[in-house]
Amino acid sequence: MLLTLAWRNIWRTPRRTLTIMTAVVIGLWAMVLAGALMRGMMASMLDNSLQALVGHIQIHQRGFQDDPVVENRMTDTSVVTDLLRHRLGDTCPGRQSPCWSLRVRVPAVAANARHSGGVSMVGVQVEREAGLSVYGTAGIEGSWLEPGDDRGIVIGRALARAMGTRVGGKVVLMSQGADHDMASRAFRIRGVFHAELESTEKQFVFVSLAASQAMLRIGSGVTEAAIGLPSDRDPGELASVVRAALPGDYEVLTWRDMLPVLQGYVGMFDLFLYIWYVVIFLAMAFGIVNTLLMAVMERIREFGLLKALGQSPGSIVGGIVLESAMILALGAVLGTTLGVLSIWSLADGIDMSVLARGSEFLGMSRIIRPAPMLHDIVGANAVVIVLGVLVCLYPAFKAGRITPVKALAHT
Amino acid sequence: MWSMDTRIAWRNIWRNPRRTALTLLAIAFAAGLLVFMVSLQFGSYEAMITSAVGLHTGDLQVRADGYGEDYAMHLVVADPEAVRTVLAREPEITGTTCRARGFALLASPQRTYAGMVMGVDPDGEQAVSTLSRIVRRGRFLRPDDVNTALIGEVLARNLRVNLGDEVTLLGQGRDGSIAATVLVVTGVFRSGQTELDRSTVYIPLSHFQDVFAMRGAVHEVVLRTGRLQTSSELGRRLDALVAGLDMRPLLRVRTWFELMPGLLESIQMDLASSAMFHLILIAVVTFSILNTFVMVVFERTREFGVLLAMGATRGRLIRILMRESLLVTLGGVVLGLAVGSAVTWYTQSTGIPMGDAGRLMAEYGLPERIYPRLGLLSALLGPAVVFGLTMLAALFPALRVRRLRPVAAMREG
Repeated sequence: MLLTLAWRNIWRTPRRTLTIMTAVVIGLWAMVLAGALMRGMMASMLDNSLQALVGHIQIHQRGFQDDPVVENRMTDTSVVTDLLRHRLGDTCPGRQSPCWSLRVRVPAVAANARHSGGVSMVGVQVEREAGLSVYGTAGIEGSWLEPGDDRGIVIGRALARAMGTRVGGKVVLMSQGADHDMASRAFRIRGVFHAELESTEKQFVFVSLAASQAMLRIGSGVTEAAIGLPSDRDPGELASVVRAALPGDYEVLTWRDMLPVLQGYVGMFDLFLYIWYVVIFLAMAFGIVNTLLMAVMERIREFGLLKALGQSPGSIVGGIVLESAMILALGAVLGTTLGVLSIWSLADGIDMSVLARGSEFLGMSRIIRPAPMLHDIVGANAVVIVLGVLVCLYPAFKAGRITPVKALAHT
Repeated sequence: MWSMDTRIAWRNIWRNPRRTALTLLAIAFAAGLLVFMVSLQFGSYEAMITSAVGLHTGDLQVRADGYGEDYAMHLVVADPEAVRTVLAREPEITGTTCRARGFALLASPQRTYAGMVMGVDPDGEQAVSTLSRIVRRGRFLRPDDVNTALIGEVLARNLRVNLGDEVTLLGQGRDGSIAATVLVVTGVFRSGQTELDRSTVYIPLSHFQDVFAMRGAVHEVVLRTGRLQTSSELGRRLDALVAGLDMRPLLRVRTWFELMPGLLESIQMDLASSAMFHLILIAVVTFSILNTFVMVVFERTREFGVLLAMGATRGRLIRILMRESLLVTLGGVVLGLAVGSAVTWYTQSTGIPMGDAGRLMAEYGLPERIYPRLGLLSALLGPAVVFGLTMLAALFPALRVRRLRPVAAMREG
């Protein structure tokens, strides 16, 4: 009964209802779209950092995190691989499920006749690595490594340019072996990869796990086991399970432990988003309150009559709040729809390659894709409806205080 | 003093003070917020630039043409003293120093890492850059030092060396000869920039020149002017001056934004993305105000009909309406500007604490607080856009009046 009454009331003056609703629609659209864009920027920053760091969770020998050298490797990998195989399975069907892989990662010097420079040499299990890091997923000239290829290397485009070489060229890697002596080995370039960030292209060179183990003379030892997770899954839970299952001489770290600065950033980001929501809400609230106040003054005779007929102030307030809530909810639905449609139409991303070096500097990709999160959209709707009803109380109470005499005196 | 129309507009505004106040506050809210936000952005950009220029590039640099591409050893400034003599005549330059850089293997008894070796002039560096301020352990280089080294914290940890330990350097000299020396660690620095902390060693320039067979040459002559804004124009003038020296390899003058294109572009990118968010905010406020204007017109349709029937021209009605909007908008913008500037002015001296992020920044030698920077541009930009768009919204009632027919209007409402 009350609902029907409120529903009829709001469509008695469609023009006014639509005016208020427009404000709500625009506001929610702004919140949803901007929220998704901000999340998109954040996600690309996170993604790029994780790709450089390779993996959401890493398992090392204790001490490797502080002193990442080959002496602090895991000599026996069976404990770790048995656990991971048991927990996550042996195959990796794609990015939507957890993957794991063993690696050797050490600092090295890459040199040819023209150039020499510091790089990270990464020995990878070629059949497992794809999906965990930039390896196997980035664009490539030539090809990724074939299983069993112990003389091949894949380097980044920026490094290839600095070395003046390309697919088929020769690169010598030098690094410190397990016995403190310099170890070196020549490789043939099989592929040149293109990463989002030039720094990634300069930093990483990939060889097969077996090749790196042979070069460093470390037998079947590895420096790390990496686990990749679907991007919306929190790594903490799995990390603590793995940590509990492994003996104390292993350390299990999530990206949150490894990148405290980024972690701080993510935390600040949620706060920023909600401040943004409230700011947008305030901007639209002025208009809503103004319009509602005018509506109350327009209906002053109606409220006077209702009072004279014996309706309580409380039920008048309730009626107006109910009407406002209806308008807010309708506007929220429309605004969210519009926002989601805009996100969908921007799904290919906004191209920022004009400012490519700028995005490089910030560690972001050249293309910003909106990344809508359900809880952001729900949050935006909650902010609008809860705060919206709160500010509508002001005009509602004004209406509740109208007396029949005042209403009659009003022309 | 006021024309009749303005006076009517003024009285119309105050016929409904609550509504006027709310509209005015909406405009003031947007304008004030924008003053603060834009000033905050400008402040953080300035902090970023100042810290990068102070530590890395200086305001301007003299380098051999093409040196920045891959830092080739042979692209040198052959006679740095001649360059400095020419530059000494420029009153705008407040300080100069010379640097050289080479790539080398650095080895401690246990470890070997590849690193960047920078030769710096201890006295000159202290006058020009902030390097001496980020020494965390030990001391900065001294003029009478020979084979001492100031080493990045991460590199020191990786090499497992501490103050007083020796590091062997092995690299390639300017002429392709082998460059080798033993360095003694006298200081450890931490800049917070991983790349620098992980791979860089600073040694005295004179020792660098000996070891890398530089024959008196350097790679960079770093200049400070103390004023970021003049760099571009000054750069062009100095470029001509230095070219006049006719040195081989050919010398060029580069400004800080040419030396760090990523920094400038990241600022532009931040500007572009924040402009997007600010525009969304302004759009919402404009709609909010348009809302009010629309309602006002509906409410006053009857009044307009009466006025038209009594012989007021549409032009005059529109003039009065526009004047009402102008007064409210102007009031709002001025109020917003005043409050926004006051808040910005206050926080400009105290700074804005950044909580956890601030502690992290302090860890890296950056200021723990963000200081907004109130300038003419940062103060006026936001309010000007708000003003323009609000006045555009005010055209709506005016357009409606044009289509109004007196009799129909009087019957309405």
